[in-house]
Amino acid sequence: MSIDNSTGIMNDKCWEEKYYQPEIEKMGREEIDRLQLQRLKAVAEHCYRNIPFYRQAFDSVGFKPEMIESLHDLQKMPFTLKQDMRDAYPFKLFAVDVSNAARIHASSGTTGSATVVGYTTADLENWGDCFARAIALVGGDGSSIMQVAYGYGLFTGGLGAHEGGIRIGATIIPMSSGNTKRQVQMLKDMGSDILACTPSYAMLIADTAIEMGFDPANDFKVSAAILGAEPCSEGMRQEIERKLGVTVVDIYGLSEVMGPGVSCECRYQNGLHVAEDHFIIEIVDPDTLEPVADGEWGEVVFTTLTKECSPLIRYRTRDISRIILGECACGRTHRRMDRISGRSDDMLIVRGVNVFPSQIQQVIAGFSEVTSYYQIILTSKGPLDQVTLMVETVPEFSFDEVRRIEDLQRRIVAELKSNLQISVDVKIVEPKSIERSEGKAKRVIDLRKAGE
Amino acid sequence: MNNMIDQVTVFLENKKGRLAALCRALGDAGVSMHAMTVADTTDYGIVRIISDSPDKARETLMEAGFRVTLTKVFAIAVPNRAGALADLLEALDRAEVNVEYAYCFAIEGDMAIDVLRIEGDCNIKETIEAAGFRLLEAHEIYA
Ligand SMILES: [Zn+2]
Repeated sequence: MSIDNSTGIMNDKCWEEKYYQPEIEKMGREEIDRLQLQRLKAVAEHCYRNIPFYRQAFDSVGFKPEMIESLHDLQKMPFTLKQDMRDAYPFKLFAVDVSNAARIHASSGTTGSATVVGYTTADLENWGDCFARAIALVGGDGSSIMQVAYGYGLFTGGLGAHEGGIRIGATIIPMSSGNTKRQVQMLKDMGSDILACTPSYAMLIADTAIEMGFDPANDFKVSAAILGAEPCSEGMRQEIERKLGVTVVDIYGLSEVMGPGVSCECRYQNGLHVAEDHFIIEIVDPDTLEPVADGEWGEVVFTTLTKECSPLIRYRTRDISRIILGECACGRTHRRMDRISGRSDDMLIVRGVNVFPSQIQQVIAGFSEVTSYYQIILTSKGPLDQVTLMVETVPEFSFDEVRRIEDLQRRIVAELKSNLQISVDVKIVEPKSIERSEGKAKRVIDLRKAGE
Repeated sequence: MNNMIDQVTVFLENKKGRLAALCRALGDAGVSMHAMTVADTTDYGIVRIISDSPDKARETLMEAGFRVTLTKVFAIAVPNRAGALADLLEALDRAEVNVEYAYCFAIEGDMAIDVLRIEGDCNIKETIEAAGFRLLEAHEIYA
């Protein structure tokens, strides 16, 4: 591992670990288990009593809330799928009357594909607390200035971060996403300490700042970035850290479960502490649905413990991760999940081989000749899938001779082949021909179905 | 580097209108081109330009969103007669100098100017002069 990043944990020897809710974040294991059991009983009861979907689901497997005696009894409860949430559109999974919801978020899509999640005032406060823990662990507090460059709206990123800022008492700059030059100007002029957005947008902000003639790593006050809503490879993280002069922590959370803050990395950047006072995490084998041993990879499943409006029992996230074993040096006792290695939904099947876009991202991060922007195009040529990877070279790459470009292409192709076991066509494209994203980047364009 | 001139090299995808856009950008900036060649492949081309002000050309094209790099090349005056270029290349061969690519960009009277890109940027001034050719200085090209 490179120790090149001037701001990350490696060189940052003496910071004082800060906690937003130390009594909860450093709670002993037994106490956490006790709290989870007590809350699991309550949420099971709440679901059974107030949501017909769960009453039916529990009844169909012969489960009754009063059967819960230990945390293991969670395994007797049925799973909830994304499709169940879609079928419940709009309010059928609400446990309170919609008039008691303080806010509603929804995923994009129309009836039949959108998921709607409601929050009571208490739900919003709990959510804010979860995000506030992330602010504290990067050194923030009530005197911090946090620039929120996640999109505001039905998407949970913007308002989730905003809620965290409110709870900790920070000064919030609600930029939302877009207008990147203005974003850079505000980052500089307001002296923002913390940037919250998606990793691809943080990269675009950094690149735009540099293009505008700034050296954000030295000229800007920003010292931390809380990035989420899409995967971020280690290479991309280091590039953002270097360009902006920040420590990057990965924050995780699906809108169905709550939004950003379900889990968050600490400054040791080795796994994300799950907010175990609000959620129970399980890792299951996606085929058998049996829990796997700690440390094994599988699908992440969450049960909410405190949500009043939209509680979920054993929600299958489709995200692939694992529990990281052992204690964390930061002092937090909540268990850690690894960074998402892929989504079972995003998984591409190319000529019968499973490929995660994140694997491709990791490979190109190893080439200093190309930028971190990439796009994968899938087409079919007769019965065969064709994968084309588009990358851009960095300005420093000297391409005067055709053979230099061909050599670069050959090396990337070979690396992809040895990592993914598939043949990928590598195309070098002109700068900025790959769309820059202000939110989640569109990395994969699948044209295979269109050609059928 | 001594005796070398700056060639502007541009990476272009094979997309309609890109070459025209490149020339227009230079034209609008008042940069005049002395020579241009395109090495092309199925997907992209590498455009090599000798102009009156390489730095300005590079800046202009970068601002217009092109991927640009400056490359050191030699400009050599070669008599406009059969076999002259062969004499020059043979001399370089004997000196074990590797030529990456070459093109001719101007013919004035009985002299042609040839541009050579030499592997490893090694200095070929002596070899060239010993073979009876003349290396052109930057000021003879740019202005
Ligand atoms: Zn930790």
